[in-house]
Amino acid sequence: MKTPKTRERVVVTGLGIVCPLDHDVESYWASLLAGRSGINRTTIFDASTFPTTFDAEVKNYDLQRHLRRPELHAGANRSSRFAVGAAVQACRQAGLEVETSTPADGVDRRRMGVYLGAGEGPVEHDTFFACILASWEPQQQTMAWAKSTPVAFARMTAAYELEQEPNMAAAHVALLTGARGPSRSCLTACAASTQAVGEASMLIRRGQADIMIAGGAHSMIHPLGVTGFSRLTALSRRNDSPTTASRPFCGSRDGFILGEGAAILVLESLTSARRRGVPVLAEIIGYGSSSDAFRVTDMHEEGRGPVQAMRAALADAGLTYRDIDYINTHGTSTQENDAIETLAIKTVFQERAKQVPASSIKGMLGHLIGAAGAAELVACVLAIRDNIVPPTINLHDPDPKLDLDYVPNVPRRMPVNVVMKESFGFGGQNNVVILKKCEV
Amino acid sequence: MSAARVVVTGLGAVSPLGLTAQDLWAGLSAGRCGFGRIRAFDPTGFPCELAGEVPAYRIQDRVPRSFRKAVKLMCRDIELAVMAAGEALASSGLITKGIDPEKVNVDPTRMAINVGAGIICCELPELAPATAVSTTDGRFDLRKWGQDGLDLVTPLWLLKYLPNMLACHIGIIHDIQGPSNTLTCGEAAGPLAIGEAAQVIARGDADIAVAGAAEAKVNQLVLVRQHLLQRAVSTRDADPDKICRPFDAGACGSIFSEGAGMVVLESLEHARARQARILAEVTGVGASHSMCPGYARLEPDGRSIQVAAEQALDDAEIRPEDLDLVIPHGTAVPEDDRAEARGLAAALGSAAEKVPVWPTKSMIGTTGAASGALDAVAAVRAIVEGVIPPAKNFDQPADGCRLNVVRQRHPGPIRHALCCSYTFGGQTAALVFQAFEEGPAR
Repeated sequence: MKTPKTRERVVVTGLGIVCPLDHDVESYWASLLAGRSGINRTTIFDASTFPTTFDAEVKNYDLQRHLRRPELHAGANRSSRFAVGAAVQACRQAGLEVETSTPADGVDRRRMGVYLGAGEGPVEHDTFFACILASWEPQQQTMAWAKSTPVAFARMTAAYELEQEPNMAAAHVALLTGARGPSRSCLTACAASTQAVGEASMLIRRGQADIMIAGGAHSMIHPLGVTGFSRLTALSRRNDSPTTASRPFCGSRDGFILGEGAAILVLESLTSARRRGVPVLAEIIGYGSSSDAFRVTDMHEEGRGPVQAMRAALADAGLTYRDIDYINTHGTSTQENDAIETLAIKTVFQERAKQVPASSIKGMLGHLIGAAGAAELVACVLAIRDNIVPPTINLHDPDPKLDLDYVPNVPRRMPVNVVMKESFGFGGQNNVVILKKCEV
Repeated sequence: MSAARVVVTGLGAVSPLGLTAQDLWAGLSAGRCGFGRIRAFDPTGFPCELAGEVPAYRIQDRVPRSFRKAVKLMCRDIELAVMAAGEALASSGLITKGIDPEKVNVDPTRMAINVGAGIICCELPELAPATAVSTTDGRFDLRKWGQDGLDLVTPLWLLKYLPNMLACHIGIIHDIQGPSNTLTCGEAAGPLAIGEAAQVIARGDADIAVAGAAEAKVNQLVLVRQHLLQRAVSTRDADPDKICRPFDAGACGSIFSEGAGMVVLESLEHARARQARILAEVTGVGASHSMCPGYARLEPDGRSIQVAAEQALDDAEIRPEDLDLVIPHGTAVPEDDRAEARGLAAALGSAAEKVPVWPTKSMIGTTGAASGALDAVAAVRAIVEGVIPPAKNFDQPADGCRLNVVRQRHPGPIRHALCCSYTFGGQTAALVFQAFEEGPAR
């Protein structure tokens, strides 16, 4: 492998979002600063008998409005449609043409790639369960497979099945933008899109691409997805009060709220951004990844993996914990995550731990799973731009053991130059990205 | 900027040809096909009842004693990945916690893992009792599922099917604490994972990486999907030894299989310091995306294959005529083979008619995410053995295929091998492996 000649600086030149709060970046930011909640009753399917009857849904979203050639994305699944909408916004801001095979924006498509943290599409549950029912023999407790095979052939369709694949969101974004360079999708659970942004940054830094359309897209709001999280007892059951249910770091927190959406960041080498004369929103200066290697079910008690990822990101950025102005936490509102994340921050930040503002926006946004990190990174870029930190809402009843400065309930105006974004996923996946105000 | 040279020091493979990398190589060398009538479920009613299943194994015997309880959380994809990763690490001479906790000779924080995984289809019988209590007039009723069915689903059910659990189980067994990623890029996931892991080492974020992919495609609904996409052989009573014919005029679709391929990558410095046996060097990584509006097929001119292959050759600083072996994706789906042959021919230029091309899916079938990872294992073995076995089921080149598909055993030496992969959706990858030679960093 060739040795890169120089270390390219990586900057953000475009942002896009489709999430439960809003379908554009400025409204999203206004909602976050207003402490608005995007959480409400489940409407995507009838969840009235489920243990949790609310979630954070993208509502009234119309992808067609964004596109001249909607037919290319007509069959896209829910999260791929979010991804395409977010990518259109981000590319527009970055001055990149979409939906054309002859772009006139001066960017060589071989030097432009896609990297998304993205999940599979929703299982068509009626067909899925019909197949099970057709072959299940309750007396023998076995499957008579030959009985359901014709049902599957009759009810499944090629187009729907293809769009279910987890690489399809990236495929749609590649066709939208014409990106011919490195194209990857990753699915490291709740840490996926922070990882996608981190790895995409590395590709630019080492000269393997000039521009990466990076971020995440995910929706697990479907009966099997909700069943899975519900059985893990990961979801809040505060059915009587959806908008206050997500309460990261609060003493009475009882689980996360499943959300959905997509967020895209256009990452670019500073050289390319300067050459094209596009405004720079922030710089990505550090990335660290680690694994707990502990248990598939629980986080390591001392937060070993998160600590290693934070330290790796700081080392990569050439900084120490003293240089961080704001931490955008993973802060899911589960007992385990919020306690261990707090402990890990204390380990890394030592005497400064209680002084560094560390908020979670999941109280408003819910947990976008694979797309969570990217949606939160968009907020980090805006925090740097406007020198204001979004709050942790619903924090009225502090947990005595959790004593960091979580920026409770109201946003805080303060100089924001360097931000640490952390994301942790099931199975012990830890990814941390550090952003900085760009001094060009 | 710094860049470590990255070498391969371990191989592991589980495939329809056997449970080890040696079985894979021996089977490929003998031209053996790993296909038979599906055993995982009763395939009556499928247009073709063949698949490539791995030989029987007991997963409890293939994990450390302390991990035996955790196997109940493993779906089949995870089991295959764990076996191949275990073999790769053991063959490298590295001693991890999972190999011998008393003699560990690695720094767990300097180890990375990068695994390609497919969409994991859950086992239907597991959900059947819950489904059975959720019906009204014989039809599934979602309200009853929420009320009664859901509680019958085993609490940790979801964790068995998250794609990142392949890497997590391997990571827990072998105490891999460094960077960890799971690439879900369809059938190109394996080489993309190996390429990214090589870059993780090159940039200094780890000294060692376990990289590869696994997928178990022999599942009722997954196979229905392949038939609906018109990728699977649909001939009844097909001869399993002759039916899968990449680049051949008689190609009529692919056979779907299960498998796992894993490599151990190491910085040259780390491998040298422990006097490891170096099998090959990763010298080129390339990637691109196919712009096919239908998403299911490769674009007709195979341009993404051309771009990825050219990038990989450029990264390796070699010319097409330096290649001694190309392992293409070659699924035996006629349009895809035709497109890939065009793309490869464009990348190879005047060398296209000379460079030996050796497709493997005629013998192992399409193993989903594992495809390119098994090919990477095969390429490294070919370099080590210094020979290319004859391609299987290649008699008459398909129309427009002007590649030199090897009909006979082709003697080496093999200095440079190129592996190409693409997938529905369009992600495309190319890797160059090179016979290891001492020398200064390039």
